[in-house]
This record gives sequence, C-alpha cells and structure tokens, in this order.
Amino acid sequence: MKEQAPLPERIITRGIQAAGYSSILFVLLILYFLISEGAPAVFEVPLKDLLTVRWYPIEAYFGILPLLLGSLIVTLGAALIAIPAGVGTAVFISEVAPGWMKEILKPLVEVLAGFPSVMLGFLGILIVSPGLRQALRLPTGLTALTGSLLLAGIAIPTIVSIAEDALNNVPRAYREASWAVGATRWQTIWGVTLPAARSGVLMAVILGVGRSIGETMAVMMVTGNAPVMPLKWNALFSPIRTMTATIASEMGEVATGSTHYHVLFLIGIILFLISLAVNITATMIVFRRPKRSERILS
Amino acid sequence: MVNLALAWAEAYQKEHPDTQISVTGGGSGTGIAALINGTVSIANASRAIKSEEADKALANGIQPVEFVVARDAIAVIVNPHNPIDQLTLQQISDIYSGKINNWSELGGEDRPIVRLSRETNSGTHVYFLETVLRLGHKENKTLFSMDTLLLPSSEGITAEVKDNPNAIGYDGLGYIIPEVKVLAVAVDPAGPFVMPSAITVNDGSYPVSRDLYMYTNGQPGGALKAYLDWIIQPEAQAIVTQLGFVPVIGAIQ
Repeated sequence: MKEQAPLPERIITRGIQAAGYSSILFVLLILYFLISEGAPAVFEVPLKDLLTVRWYPIEAYFGILPLLLGSLIVTLGAALIAIPAGVGTAVFISEVAPGWMKEILKPLVEVLAGFPSVMLGFLGILIVSPGLRQALRLPTGLTALTGSLLLAGIAIPTIVSIAEDALNNVPRAYREASWAVGATRWQTIWGVTLPAARSGVLMAVILGVGRSIGETMAVMMVTGNAPVMPLKWNALFSPIRTMTATIASEMGEVATGSTHYHVLFLIGIILFLISLAVNITATMIVFRRPKRSERILS
Repeated sequence: MVNLALAWAEAYQKEHPDTQISVTGGGSGTGIAALINGTVSIANASRAIKSEEADKALANGIQPVEFVVARDAIAVIVNPHNPIDQLTLQQISDIYSGKINNWSELGGEDRPIVRLSRETNSGTHVYFLETVLRLGHKENKTLFSMDTLLLPSSEGITAEVKDNPNAIGYDGLGYIIPEVKVLAVAVDPAGPFVMPSAITVNDGSYPVSRDLYMYTNGQPGGALKAYLDWIIQPEAQAIVTQLGFVPVIGAIQ
C-alpha cells in the first residue's frame, strides 16, 4: 500500500500547485477580457480606416499607424542605446573592475533598477529634454530620442544586473584555459566568456527591452505625444506618440463601450501580441538545443 | 465642469452633513435635458441654455432660472524671450491648424513654431478647438495640426513654454505661472487686444472665456437656495481658483 504524505505537506503541495495554475488562469482571463473589449473595434471601424495616419479620436479619426510606428521607433532607439551600454557595463563589472569597485557598482545598479519611472520622467522634462534641444538645436526637446534615452535608462539596470549574473556563472576554468593558450583579456571576454554566458546575456537583453516596450509614464512625459508618422529621416528627433501613452492618457475619460474605447483595447491587443512575440522568440533562442561542439565543451 | 460641481458638493457636504448632494457627469446637454425632465434639482452647464431647450422646459412646466457660478478663460502663452505680445484669434487658429509654421510670419524671430496642447480628453482642449481653432463656427471642421504636441498635464505645458523660445501653448487662466508670457488676444485685427485677467474675464472683454452656469426650476428655496448662496461665497469661489477656473466677482444673477 502506498504511504500517504502527511496532511500539512499535501496542503502545501496543493497550494503551490494552485498558485502555479492561477498564473496561467490570469493570463487567459486577461486575454479573454482584452479580446472581448477590443474585437468589436474591428467591426466598428473598417480596417482601411484603422490603417490611416490620422489619430484624432474625438472626431472619429482612428488611424493607429502613427502610434504603432511611434512605439517601434522609441523602443528601437532605446534598444540601440541600452544593449551595448548594458552588456558593456556588465562585462566591466564582472570581468574588468577590481573587487572593491565591483562591491560598490553592483548594488548601485540594483538601486537604479528600482528607480520609479515617473521620477525619471521628471528628470527627462527638466534636464534631458532642454539639454537635447540646446545641444542638437532642435525645435523642441520633447522627441522620440528623449523617450529612447529614458527608456534606455530604465532598461540598462535590468540588463546589467542579469547579464552580470550570467557572466559570473561562467566557470573560472574557461577563462584560465583561454589565458593559458595566450589569449589576451579582451580576446577571452569576446571569444570565451561572453559566448559561454550567451543565453543569460540574451535573456537580460530581452527582459530589459521588454520592460521598455511596456513603459508608459516616462515616455508619456517626454515624447510630446504628437501622433505623427515617423517616416522622415529626422523622425528620431521629432515628437511621436506611443501606443502605451495613448492608452494611458485616453482610457480615463473615454465612454465605456464606445468605438474609441474598443479601439483603445485593440491597441492593447496589439501590445500584447508584440510582447508575446518577443517572449516566444526569446524562449526559442534560450532553449534551443545546444550544438554538439557546445555540449562537449560544457 | 463636473470636477468643479463635484468639488463644491464635497466641500459643502463636509460643512453640512445633513445635506446630500449627488453629482453626475455627461455634458451640458445631458444636464439640461435632465432638468427639463424634472429628474434633477440643479443642471450644471458650461454654456447658456438654448432657446429651444427653454421652450421645451416651459412646455414641461419647468421654469429654468440661470445662475452664473464661475467663469472659464484660456490664456495663450509663449516663452518670455518671444518678442510677440499679441495675436488675433485668426492668427492663433492658423498657428494651431498648421498654416503658420514660423514666428517670422507673425513679425517675430526666425524660429519654427512648436505647438503645445492639452490631451484630447481635456475639456480645455475641446473648448479651445471650438472657440479658437474653429472660431466658434459649428460648420468649421478645422483640426489641430498633426504635429501638435499633446501634453498630459498643465505642468508639462508650462514647463516646456518656460524653457523653449519656439513654443506656444494654452491653458486655463488659473494654471498660468509667472515664468511664461501671456499674450493679449483680439477678435478683430484692429483690436482691442485684451490681456486675460479676473477683471477682463468678468466684464466679458477677453474673447476666449465663457461663463459656467447652474440652472434650477423656478427661484430656489430651502436647502437649494442655501447651497447656491454658499457657492458665490469667497470660500466656494476659492475652489474655483484651485481648479483653474476664474471666480465670479460681485453679485450674480
């Protein structure tokens, strides 16, 4: 006869199981809610009207293209700044900095990661935006680039913190072997340590950039929120409007059940799909089967 | 205006716990329609009652009595370094609709114009669109230029205007800070150009302003009268200033 685990243990097991399943349930519920509120928009506004370039919802102009491209350009700009800076800082802290400096830098970065984004937004309005306007002689400092800089500021601590952990987990023997065959410190970092920590570094980049796609407050404060199509060469230096800022600023006053309300939820669905795509790509890269040579090495 | 009505009701009920006031939003038309149907004691409206509404009310046995309870004015602001001091409504409309793109076209410096506006969900945005951009004409379908910056807060607008010599913005008179330059506005190019202030708003000479009303059925009595009397007291009018509106001066009605 199979021996039963004691009661408290069974309760704990069930509890943990329930917590695990509930997260799946919540995601499904959110998805259901998004679709039930957002899907009517597709029937109320013809697709060709949704795919126009004018967003002015109080007069029933529901062109979402400028919002979509606005979000993409800000996030792309942030990724271009945050990935080299974040991974670079992680490499510096893990591989180059002396022990005492590491002890100071790592906690500092962790504090930065918990910095509220609305405070970053204030810094953006008071310092970054006027600074950019004067330095680059722009008509206004409330631009996509300002948003990208702040988003990079939000993404960098996440990237540094996780990537540094990943680099730290690379066994010391790898580096010693590399030095032993005469590789310089730079060759070791670039050719051995970084590739060995690849999946962790990639995860860091995706979590960091993922945080910046969904970030709202700081972006809403500094990008100017003008729904312009970012197609000209100077788009990065012009105001734009993101999807998150649109939802945040308009959802509060919109009449429940109106076309505008449904279109805002449709934008929510698009955001959901984008982050889903990013996450699936990340999982596929991180969990892909290692090559034979890599298996032997590790 | 629903914010103002809510703030008043809240403050009044704190002082008079025996009086119950419930406030619902929905727009001026909704409020007046509810008064005509006899479902509310007071209709708040940011426009005067229309003659057809008044006729309908009388046919229903309701006698609307008008009270001006506060005023609303929008100031047009630029950076203190901008040499422009005054604009006509038509010029402001042309700036915001994108017909005028450089301050030199208005006799200012050779600088691009950066247009700032409140978000579309703000009552100020809609009022500015109807009164200034469309110059009060119903059939006028002028829209804000697409590159108009839509800022989520009054602070966002004043902060940018304070720093940026290219910027033009607008906001409720109560939100204006001394570090920005307020423009004098005229309906007619020949003038007079009027600066917004409590006085010019109250005597009606500043063009971008409107009265805010409450309507009751017949002359109010009892608790209703006590409430309406309280609203024009300095204490209640201080709430008007806090919310960015302009208080009424002197006796009303």
